[in-house]
Amino acid sequence: MDAICNWCDALLSNPIWFYLITTVLKLVLMFAVILAFVVISVWIERRVAGWIQDRPGPNRAGLPLFLLQRFGSKEKQPLKELLHFFGIPEGSCIAKLCQWLRFDREIPFFGLIQPCLDGGKLFLKQELTPSYVRKAYFIVAPMLVLGPPMVAAAVIPFASSVETAYGSISMCVANLGIGPLWVFAISGLSVYGLTLAGWASNSKYPFIGGMRATAQLISYEVAMGLSVIPLFMMFGTLNLQEIVQAQAANGWTLLPLWGEGLSPQRWALMLPLLISFLVFVTCVFAEANRTPFDMAECETDLVGGYHTEYSSMKFASFFMGEYAAMVIGSAIVVTLFLGGWSIGFGADAALAGICPWLAVCCQFAMFILKLLAFIFFFVWVRWTLPRFRWDQVMKLGWLVFLELTVANIFLTAAVLYFVK
Amino acid sequence: MKTTQFVQVPDAATAAAGYLSNDADDHGEPVTLNVGPSHPATHGVLRLKIVIDGEEIVSCDPVIGYLHRGMEKIAENCHYNQFVTYTDRMDYLAPMSNNIAYACAVEKLLGWELPERGQAIRVLCCELSRISSCFLGTGVYAMDTGAMTAFLYAFEEKERVHNLYEQICGARFTSSYTRIGGMTRDLPKGIEKPILEFCDSALKTVDEMEKLLLHNKIFIDRLVGVGVITKEMALQNGMTGNNLRASGVCRDLRKTNPYLGYDKYEFDVPVAYEGDCYARFQVRMEEIRQSVRIIRQVMATLPGGPIWVQNDKGILPPKEAAMMGMEELIRQFMVTTQCVNAPAGQVYFAAENPKGELGFFIDSQGGGLPNRLKMRSPSYCTLSILPELLPGHLVSDIGAILGSFDFVQGECDR
Repeated sequence: MDAICNWCDALLSNPIWFYLITTVLKLVLMFAVILAFVVISVWIERRVAGWIQDRPGPNRAGLPLFLLQRFGSKEKQPLKELLHFFGIPEGSCIAKLCQWLRFDREIPFFGLIQPCLDGGKLFLKQELTPSYVRKAYFIVAPMLVLGPPMVAAAVIPFASSVETAYGSISMCVANLGIGPLWVFAISGLSVYGLTLAGWASNSKYPFIGGMRATAQLISYEVAMGLSVIPLFMMFGTLNLQEIVQAQAANGWTLLPLWGEGLSPQRWALMLPLLISFLVFVTCVFAEANRTPFDMAECETDLVGGYHTEYSSMKFASFFMGEYAAMVIGSAIVVTLFLGGWSIGFGADAALAGICPWLAVCCQFAMFILKLLAFIFFFVWVRWTLPRFRWDQVMKLGWLVFLELTVANIFLTAAVLYFVK
Repeated sequence: MKTTQFVQVPDAATAAAGYLSNDADDHGEPVTLNVGPSHPATHGVLRLKIVIDGEEIVSCDPVIGYLHRGMEKIAENCHYNQFVTYTDRMDYLAPMSNNIAYACAVEKLLGWELPERGQAIRVLCCELSRISSCFLGTGVYAMDTGAMTAFLYAFEEKERVHNLYEQICGARFTSSYTRIGGMTRDLPKGIEKPILEFCDSALKTVDEMEKLLLHNKIFIDRLVGVGVITKEMALQNGMTGNNLRASGVCRDLRKTNPYLGYDKYEFDVPVAYEGDCYARFQVRMEEIRQSVRIIRQVMATLPGGPIWVQNDKGILPPKEAAMMGMEELIRQFMVTTQCVNAPAGQVYFAAENPKGELGFFIDSQGGGLPNRLKMRSPSYCTLSILPELLPGHLVSDIGAILGSFDFVQGECDR
């Protein structure tokens, strides 16, 4: 036992091995969280859509209680037997609650089983590759859509750094000094997947969809990059971890209520920051190809857009890519504008003073909570707004957002210079 | 025997020279895009052969007939009562209106007039189906522009209308409610309350949808100035109903030549002058409000009395009488097998249906079968404007324009 401990100690004391091990652990955590969130955001999408549209939403795919009959139960009413098994009297409020929740037929689990079964269904579906497509590109395209969002996630901090006996752990996979640039660069790559899918499908609707995706991405990437420059001017850094730390100490970008956030300069900056926020969020919607900007796949004129010819798991990877882009987009917005992992009101420093690991756990939970809230916002918008027309999207990107963001940079500079 | 065949030999040399000289237009060549017959925006089986230059439509050629069932020919081979069921399948979003329009046409041929209660019930059913159809029209239209939620709100109201249909005639969808000279049955007891409740909820949903869409910037941007149909264009193409009224022509058959006692009820005819997709949407929403107004008046003034034409021939006797009396039994047999004995002559009757003017032209040579039955279906005329209207618009506008027409392929193809 001692030998193993000593060996681990020695291994972790070596800075290279320490770095490797922690990075692998963070990678696994990050991938698990993102992939889980893809599934969860599908579930949220359906659940919220059902809620908004006055219909039940996913509630059928539960754990059916008649399965108990398979295991030798002769009881026609499985709920009764189950209650009996746990020794709950039939007239008690628990039994009534179960009745009211319709557990007498199945345990619905709020429809959470649905996304899992959905995945299973897509796995088992027939994989159909039309004869007229460019095979190699056709297969590569879905991968190109799914890959970039995962890579882009590397720079997003999900908790503050922790000092351990062996060294400091920064709670993001890659603590790069060019954080946001990395995200823009990598997530911009995913459009190659869409364009390639449209081109390789060798069919007219996907082709138009791919073209639209390209045009849309170019017009929004520019505004997206320009819209966050005021933020970097204020923080004076491009490192996302440092940006979040500054927000934890001096108030979130959009909620400067503690620390140095109460200074007049900070409040004078609220207007440019608000403009930045609105433009950036809109661009994130456009980047993630979500309504009201889902030009590339809008079903009323392009049937399915770039993924018309795809089926089975290839089709599913497009959707996973879309949802992953949505999750990453939300994560970036949360990190830049809503304080990232910080709990706020000085609670981070206080918690870290009590126990650093407790602080990390709370911060991680806070990050997830904010992420969920923003995903909810994404879904809410999707089921409320109609879709733009293609040329209007272009106009909005080039004629409104570009000018607005450039003017915003000058406004920020003026505020930083004149208001002290 | 030999047949001579002349084959046009393509001039390969010229074609190759043309290809090599590469003097093609810099902007590329137009692409032919096939929209439909199975496409989300075409609401059924309409097919559009469009030529696009980039995203802009250069020309459009609608192809119809994928749902052709030969109804006009079928009508010549079944007697007047038997054909009622086929009218359900025309505009299947407002089956009751078709039933009533058809029955009224045959009654006009016979010179019959329904008693007051029968007329009131027909007006009620007409307006219910108008609400149902307009709700679906606006809802699907919203979905075509990307707003899914409004569609489901509208569908909820449509479901309520179908529940009322079920109570009134026993069927939810294919109602077949009318017979020549009356209806299959009277209104059930206690129907007033659900109908009035529905009126309230329908108005509420209309307000909700207006809040959600009518003042929405994206929705306005997509529809205002898109698919503008001028007064002249609309009249030349024989458009009727809401689509015509959105182009500034105040023509409503319920006002111009009232049938079924529509002149007794007070209602306005919504008219818009812009003629674009947004105007058509507004007119349709307002139409629902006016229908609710009519229904409330009908329910307030619903007279008692019989629902059938009081006539010795041509209509079914009461069932009890047929079981007891010889004369009535014979009459029942005659009506069931030969229907009415219509006079020879020609008659045209048009009703203001949710989609427009639905007309029936009957050429009778006497007896229970029509010699020729011609239908004037509003959707057919509406769609005929597409080759003129679509060029110059973008591909994304196809959904908006088709949705704004609120056509039904079952009626267009018959």
